[in-house]
Amino acid sequence: MSSLVKSLIFGIIVIALLYIVNAMMSSAGFFGAGIDDYSARLLVFIGINIILATSLNLINGFTGQFSIGHAGFMAVGAYSSAYFTVTYGKQLETAFSSLGEVGATSIILLIAILIGAVVAAIVGLIVGIPSLRLRGDYLAIVTLGFAEIIRIVILNIDAVGGATGYTVPGYASFLWIGIFAVITVVVVHNIVKSDAGRALISIREDELAAEAMGVNTTRYKVISFVISSAFAGIAGVLFAHYNKFLSTNDFQFIKSFEVIIMIVLGGMGSMTGAIIGAIVVTLLPELLRQLSFIQVPFIQVSSSGEVLLSSIPLDSLRLVIFALILILTMILRPQGIFGTNEFGLSWLKRPRKETAGTETVGDSEGTPIAQQEEAKRLTSEEED
Amino acid sequence: MDTFVQQLINGLTIGSIYALIALGYTMVYGILRLINFAHGDVFMVGAYTGYMLAIHLGFESSPSIIGFAVVLFGSMIISAVIGMLIERFAYRPVRKYSRMTTLITAIGMSLFLEYTFVVIFSGTPRAFPQLLPNDNYTLFGNATINTSQLLIFVVSILLMLGLQYIIFKTKVGKAMRAVSFNLNSAKLMGVNTDFVIAFTFGLGSALAAAGGVLVAQYNPKIEPLMGLLIGLKAFVAAVLGGIGNIPGAVLGGLLIGAAETLVVGYGQYIGIPSTYRDAVAFAILILVLLIRPAGLLGSNVQEKV
Repeated sequence: MSSLVKSLIFGIIVIALLYIVNAMMSSAGFFGAGIDDYSARLLVFIGINIILATSLNLINGFTGQFSIGHAGFMAVGAYSSAYFTVTYGKQLETAFSSLGEVGATSIILLIAILIGAVVAAIVGLIVGIPSLRLRGDYLAIVTLGFAEIIRIVILNIDAVGGATGYTVPGYASFLWIGIFAVITVVVVHNIVKSDAGRALISIREDELAAEAMGVNTTRYKVISFVISSAFAGIAGVLFAHYNKFLSTNDFQFIKSFEVIIMIVLGGMGSMTGAIIGAIVVTLLPELLRQLSFIQVPFIQVSSSGEVLLSSIPLDSLRLVIFALILILTMILRPQGIFGTNEFGLSWLKRPRKETAGTETVGDSEGTPIAQQEEAKRLTSEEED
Repeated sequence: MDTFVQQLINGLTIGSIYALIALGYTMVYGILRLINFAHGDVFMVGAYTGYMLAIHLGFESSPSIIGFAVVLFGSMIISAVIGMLIERFAYRPVRKYSRMTTLITAIGMSLFLEYTFVVIFSGTPRAFPQLLPNDNYTLFGNATINTSQLLIFVVSILLMLGLQYIIFKTKVGKAMRAVSFNLNSAKLMGVNTDFVIAFTFGLGSALAAAGGVLVAQYNPKIEPLMGLLIGLKAFVAAVLGGIGNIPGAVLGGLLIGAAETLVVGYGQYIGIPSTYRDAVAFAILILVLLIRPAGLLGSNVQEKV
């Protein structure tokens, strides 16, 4: 079976599955089987977080450059596309009305996604070029600064609602979010497996060696960063058009931090790890909320400055727990919980084979090989 | 002209604070090549420690210079201990791993401090007690300077001179310079590098805490997330001056502070609204990285293979 047919079948199955889940979310349900609004919302956020985690993994996990401003690019995509749909949405809806309501909104959403992705990519280029030319940790600071600044700038633009928030038409359904989550995973997977992906991984492993081997490191770092930003923009577009309301509070530093937690937990440089990380980090706060009957003793200081020992519900410690998870993961397992390993059915099928050439030469003391062979020869002669 | 002088005074006031925090960033970067993300939050911890000291030692009702000094030094000492504990329990275990790992640990530490303080003190801002009577002094023309601004200048200059003394005239300062030059060689020469690194964190944290108390005097509103943006700007100051370079950090801090208030004061005439004051440091950072990545006073270090 040719690979084209294979991927076609794969695509059809995925879309059919997403369609069924999408139908289950509607009030009618899929042949009566439905899920409640709360679970539906969680599923949608899992989808958006998968897009964010997978795209951030491209730059952080596979290229080894540390970006901590993913929420900034998400905000750029969300607000730029929302401005488009709010301004032109009604006109375009009438213009495409011959396609039916679903057709018209789908086309508008696709245009919005294109706009969000392109604007986020351009911003990524502007931010990436100065900071990625240099080795080191500058990207971290620049992206952190950028994410904060973009939030402040948006807060001061009255055309997109400023501090009062921005109401956006709700064009995005779970179907679209699911499709784009799958597209993101497939695109990032294909990039990583391509020649360019090898270049990116070589930069992560050793930037100097990669450069010496003829990899144009700045170019590849910028490409990887721009693609990552574009997908963050897409996640922003989908979030805006699903949530129907945008507020700059949704794009605070804490959002970028959540995405970092996802890929760190999942293992930086693991596709499936990032997906599992996205699911876990989306569900964990909900789990803590379920467990909020558990009271934890904690020191609190009253508004008059008295120190009290009071018990607080577990879920108000959510971010403290996340931060502790991050620190402890780094101390105990710096490669992330799953490392660069991938999950899949192949895990069940065959035991993993050691690739040839992994046996080490020399002994643990670092004795030169010639000396070792000499020693071996001498001992064998003695035996004779 | 008067307003210009006034803006400059305000700018240098906030710039001195940036300089105090930038010193901590630059010292830690010089020694460990680590951007200590939690440093801005140590500044916040310093402000809250000062708040607790002021309330519990009863200085809030009777403003006096002794009360202020006790709060300032108490906060510096406690924050120095906290800084050393952070280094001991979070950074030392990951020092052997890649720089990315230490960077993520630092981010985790920053969030841990922020949100632990949100739980303890709640996210709503608190009013910092007035420790000294705040008088306005008129300089030439109509420019005025108040007590807390004066205090910021005097205290930060004294602290910077003290730091200069520690680094260049004491034995531990010599060890710090040796470690920042080459950690492994310093270790081979018998320098107790673990102690020197812990000492550096303590020193940097004490300076940041002093900044926290001074800022809280100047602008008496403290909140758990106050360290995020100010820490970021202080880092930009360190990069502008040349990261790892101590006079550079001071210069960078003063320049960023001045640039910021000048944009607030005069930006509207050239089309920059004053609400963009927080973007100034960021624009400066991008420009520095494009034009002179080594910073104003930094030297271009060749990467060793």
